[in-house]
Amino acid sequence: MAAGIARAWGWFRENPWVRTATNPPVYLSLAFLTLGGFVAGVGFWGAFNTALEATNTEQFCTSCHEMKTNVFEELKGTIHFTNRSGVRATCPDCHVPHNWTNKIARKMQASKEVWGHIFGSIDTRDKFLALRKHLAEREWERMKANDSLECRNCHSSESMDLMKQNPRAASAHERLLFTGERTCIDCHKGIAHRLPDMSGVPGWQ
Amino acid sequence: MRRSVFLVLVSIVPCLAAGTILAQDAPRLRGPDPFTREIPAPPMQRQVTDDVRVRRNYPDQPPVIPHSIEGYAMDLNANKCMSCHARKFTEQSQAPMISVTHYQDRAGNTLGGLSPRRYVCVSCHVPQTTAKPLVENSFTDMDAMTEPERQPERRTR
Repeated sequence: MAAGIARAWGWFRENPWVRTATNPPVYLSLAFLTLGGFVAGVGFWGAFNTALEATNTEQFCTSCHEMKTNVFEELKGTIHFTNRSGVRATCPDCHVPHNWTNKIARKMQASKEVWGHIFGSIDTRDKFLALRKHLAEREWERMKANDSLECRNCHSSESMDLMKQNPRAASAHERLLFTGERTCIDCHKGIAHRLPDMSGVPGWQ
Repeated sequence: MRRSVFLVLVSIVPCLAAGTILAQDAPRLRGPDPFTREIPAPPMQRQVTDDVRVRRNYPDQPPVIPHSIEGYAMDLNANKCMSCHARKFTEQSQAPMISVTHYQDRAGNTLGGLSPRRYVCVSCHVPQTTAKPLVENSFTDMDAMTEPERQPERRTR
């Protein structure tokens, strides 16, 4: 038995492909290794980003019925889905940071959502409604922490023309948004999905 | 007996005829004729969003909403109107506070918060659109009747 394993190991070590793989500089030229490493790196990076972008589409998000039947249905009636000019926000526009590092961080956190999908933590409407406040609070917290970055990717305060807003909105933005006292999500909750029970949430009663 | 029945019938005829004749003048509010015919829906009317308070036509008229309320939550979980019009939020929002009657139950007892029977704001308070009225409105303000010479200029849209 032991002799068999030793012989197999010996054969494995003697294999020219294995010998090249374990000690490439001895067998391959430096130019080949450099260029090969570069090409392989480009290939890996391309594949990685393609896969990343594929999971960053509305089509991917709504391939889970939890998203399709709850939050996506609710989005459909709102101005972020249908409006006069046809500009449209998709799921990742608001829920995934555009900045690469933050995007990867969010993607890692999303592994918990995969877990939730596999073990069915919100696989019925009732379970979803029961957890809705918790889920909403997580998003509110995230957006509060990054100063509503995902809102500001499209709605920049520099480009906001107060003259074109109605006086009520203009005054609120002037007093609260431009002074940094509040961030978008503080007032604009539930603009794309229905709200959970808002008792106890600041600014609501 | 037979004579009186005849008289009754004869007297009913002008009433029915009058109804038919008058109905021809009335504007049609019930859609196409016959009702099974399909017609394109009229375009959505633009909401009035100028934020200027509208005078009430009589003292206990629920004030109309001079801003857009599109997408405002109004359900068991949340009431967006109260985020500005509740007593405790009026200072920062500068919105008019909901009337004191909204803090009373039906027996007139004062409550700590919004009375549940007043919760659904839009059952009385409604936003306005620039739609042309289907029927001419001949309503006259009581003040205009009693003191026609002392009326302020009324804003028209």
